[in-house]
Amino acid sequence: MNAGKEETLKQKSYSFSHHSIFGIEQLSAEDIRHILATAASFREIAARPVKKVPTLRGKTVINLFFEASTRTRTSFEIAAKRMSADTFNINASTSSTTKGETLIDTTRNLQAMAPDIIIVRHSAAGVPELLGRHVDASIVNAGDGAHEHPSQALLDMMTVMEHKGHIDGLKIAIIGDISHSRVALSDFIGFTRMGAKISVAGPQTYLPLGVEQFGVEVCSSVADAVKDADVVITLRIQLERQNDSLIPSLREYSRFYGINREILKGAKDDVIVMHPGPVNRGVELNPDVADGGRSVILDQVANGVAVRMALLYLVHGGERKEKVQGEKP
Amino acid sequence: MSGQNSVLINGRVIDPLSGIDEICEIHIRDGRIAAGPSSGEEVIDLAGKWVVPGLIDMHVHLREPGEEYKETIASGCRAAAAGGFTAVACMPNTHPVNDNATTTRFIVSRAEGCAARVWPIGAISTGLAGEKLAEMGEMKREGAVAVSDDGRPVVNSQLMRRAMEYAASHALPVISHSEDLALSRGGCMNEGALSTRMGLQGIPAAAEAVMVEREILLAELTGARVHIAHVSTCQSVELIRLAKEQGLTVTGESAPHYFTLTEDAVQGYNTNAKMSPPLRSKADREAIIAALAEGVLDVIATDHAPHSILEKENEFASAANGITGLETSLPLTLRLVRSGALSVKRMVELMSCNPAQILGVPGGSLAVGEVADITVIDPDVQWTFRAAESLSKGKNSPFDGMEMEGRAVMTFLAGECVSSGSIE
Repeated sequence: MNAGKEETLKQKSYSFSHHSIFGIEQLSAEDIRHILATAASFREIAARPVKKVPTLRGKTVINLFFEASTRTRTSFEIAAKRMSADTFNINASTSSTTKGETLIDTTRNLQAMAPDIIIVRHSAAGVPELLGRHVDASIVNAGDGAHEHPSQALLDMMTVMEHKGHIDGLKIAIIGDISHSRVALSDFIGFTRMGAKISVAGPQTYLPLGVEQFGVEVCSSVADAVKDADVVITLRIQLERQNDSLIPSLREYSRFYGINREILKGAKDDVIVMHPGPVNRGVELNPDVADGGRSVILDQVANGVAVRMALLYLVHGGERKEKVQGEKP
Repeated sequence: MSGQNSVLINGRVIDPLSGIDEICEIHIRDGRIAAGPSSGEEVIDLAGKWVVPGLIDMHVHLREPGEEYKETIASGCRAAAAGGFTAVACMPNTHPVNDNATTTRFIVSRAEGCAARVWPIGAISTGLAGEKLAEMGEMKREGAVAVSDDGRPVVNSQLMRRAMEYAASHALPVISHSEDLALSRGGCMNEGALSTRMGLQGIPAAAEAVMVEREILLAELTGARVHIAHVSTCQSVELIRLAKEQGLTVTGESAPHYFTLTEDAVQGYNTNAKMSPPLRSKADREAIIAALAEGVLDVIATDHAPHSILEKENEFASAANGITGLETSLPLTLRLVRSGALSVKRMVELMSCNPAQILGVPGGSLAVGEVADITVIDPDVQWTFRAAESLSKGKNSPFDGMEMEGRAVMTFLAGECVSSGSIE
């Protein structure tokens, strides 16, 4: 009884304290659980005939994308609009901002227009932190180089929760280009923090030095990694890296590292297959799996909106602000 | 032409070349070290201070001509004097490149009357393009003391071979920026667990060592004098050790940041901890300290590389390489002396005697008749380095705000006191 009481007290005393989301790295397991619970409560809004709540009315959200993106940008935009925020999309090409001061200038100009939240994607790692040093707005990282993609990891975790009921103790196989994947990095940190075991496989050219630091098991074959897995996540092969001689050919890659129905036989019977999208069909994922019963890729997309709604809601300080206002007459 | 005749008394004089480490007097007459007193000497009491041959930094970037917003020869020399350096050797990657006699002469003329001696280093290849030898003989005639394409490696091994042979004919040492560009391409920090965690592309330690070994093999082939710039890895140290055991005329330098910091300093995407080669691991750092003590590495040089915020307040991957170093080099080296890693004598060899000898320039000695380039060090003074107060135009230092113990308090250039720090 007492323990239960303490638990309740503890839960009550929790408050989300992050002004910006630069990565999963900064989030505790408690933060992650709170984000996922908040996202789950937003999930049903998508099922309503009028898909809009007034939570962020009057707030300005800027989508600052220095790198091409359709689904992540759209997902953030839908999330913001469903919460009644005013959203603006800025697609800045990195080529026009080759010098850093232009990037800082762009951001300072945006700051002058007093946005509440800036969602940023950039091909260089660390840009969200850099911007965070120059603006008052909350920053939400929508992917920075090969560093982090926190909203993707959160929607991955939400999808796993939905299908498995828990994350703790699951075996999650992550297959493919780990070296250049911000999704992999954020997934490593997030899933291990939530108690899952991760095994990875891919050609050594796709495995970065020191990947063991994340507490993941490096397997010598996809079959080993997938064996008894509850979840298989395949990563997108970045076709633009073809000239870097990381793999001899897509054909060979698909043969040794592609996920197909056959290789999934070694996994648990109720294994689910995820992919951050967009899928190179027939390369990292065979169409029979991508469109098969084990694929939960479209659930990921739906959860993406809910997770992003939760992030926007939490960083703009909805909870905290109300509290502060309540305290100060 | 020279300053006041004076006598430095009560200081601990450390002059490795004459084997002196004792409290004694140093007489200065007409800009040179004199055997005895001269009339009207000013007496300078240096009780508790160290008196050493003027420090020489054989690897700096003074940015003039071409990038005077980052540094000028005059501002760089002021920073040098404040840091205890009486001479610096400046790399040729200016705009235009110092690959011709006219530019060398320009640098020498701009250095006149400055607070430190400036020894220009000429380019190995015209435009640093790595294709065609620069006119080394003519540059030497105008004052160049070495050749280097620093900032870039000479990719073409045949050109490097020819450069070594040709430089040897003009008695110029060749200074190598050792980096395999194919291995380092796209990288911006040390490759390892941290680069993976930060999502930054790494530069493997092998990118340096591969090229160090090429230079050593070419030194063996040509008999040239080769100096390896900014050694950052333990593999490079081992290769240089072997080359020296073979009796090759290979020397090497490292910089204070490599023996003070590790890659951890880049956390938070700190572009003031970004340089080429990158900060490495703890093991590399320790290997470099040992190599400096044991004589495998011969020189501490700063690779002083001033930049403005235009180049540094930037995405980490695209921020410019380099940090300032002239005002922090001595205090950071004094930390090694205090920890017992280096003797005082060894410090003076690394920062004065050896660079003078490698470049063949005056200094590095307090023997009678030598130029009176002298650095006075207070080994105990407590102070805090503030980049904003630096005399260099560059404020890009990872040591901003660091508590220091010890610094240069007086710098004599040809007998004239050109910098006197706050002796409180």
